[in-house]
Amino acid sequence: MPMAADDIAEMIRGAIPDATVEITDLAGDGDHYAARVVAESFRGQSRVIQQRRVYDALGGRMGGVLHALQLTTAVPPSTGA
Amino acid sequence: MTDDTQARIDQAVKAADVLLFMKGTPLFPQCGFSSRAIAILDHLGVEYASIDVLQDQAIRQGIKQYSDWPTIPQLYVKGEFVGGSDIMMEMYEEGELAELMAEKGVKKAEG
Repeated sequence: MPMAADDIAEMIRGAIPDATVEITDLAGDGDHYAARVVAESFRGQSRVIQQRRVYDALGGRMGGVLHALQLTTAVPPSTGA
Repeated sequence: MTDDTQARIDQAVKAADVLLFMKGTPLFPQCGFSSRAIAILDHLGVEYASIDVLQDQAIRQGIKQYSDWPTIPQLYVKGEFVGGSDIMMEMYEEGELAELMAEKGVKKAEG
């Protein structure tokens, strides 16, 4: 069973409360998504750690139900002072 | 999962400077993510080895435990886990992957 984009976004936000999540349905088939997750709490963390946090948020679905999720993580641009 | 599989994976990871666990082979990748990973390595022009996880179910499951990473492909450089295809793409675009290969003294591919 594929997952709905809203469910994916909700699970990520549930585990990473400061995250801004954008989901794009790449093929329009509800099965191939790109997710862009931007969170201040990613700051100082390696890309592997950032992506691991997103995978953890998806509770084991990644690589299984969610085979085709392209993932980008980033830290929000500094607002400056 | 047996310790034997983990030992086999560990041995393979340490035996090659650059190793990609993938679905299919470099000439015939069986998934878009693996295909993208191969394209990146080819662009970098480094020598690499690959293991087709579709040929070995024990490795296919075992590699996810080895790295605590749920997806394939997975890239290892000098025994260290670097990331999956999305991380490879980001690092490639930022020039970080070429830097990492140079830093680690990875050989260029011949020809």
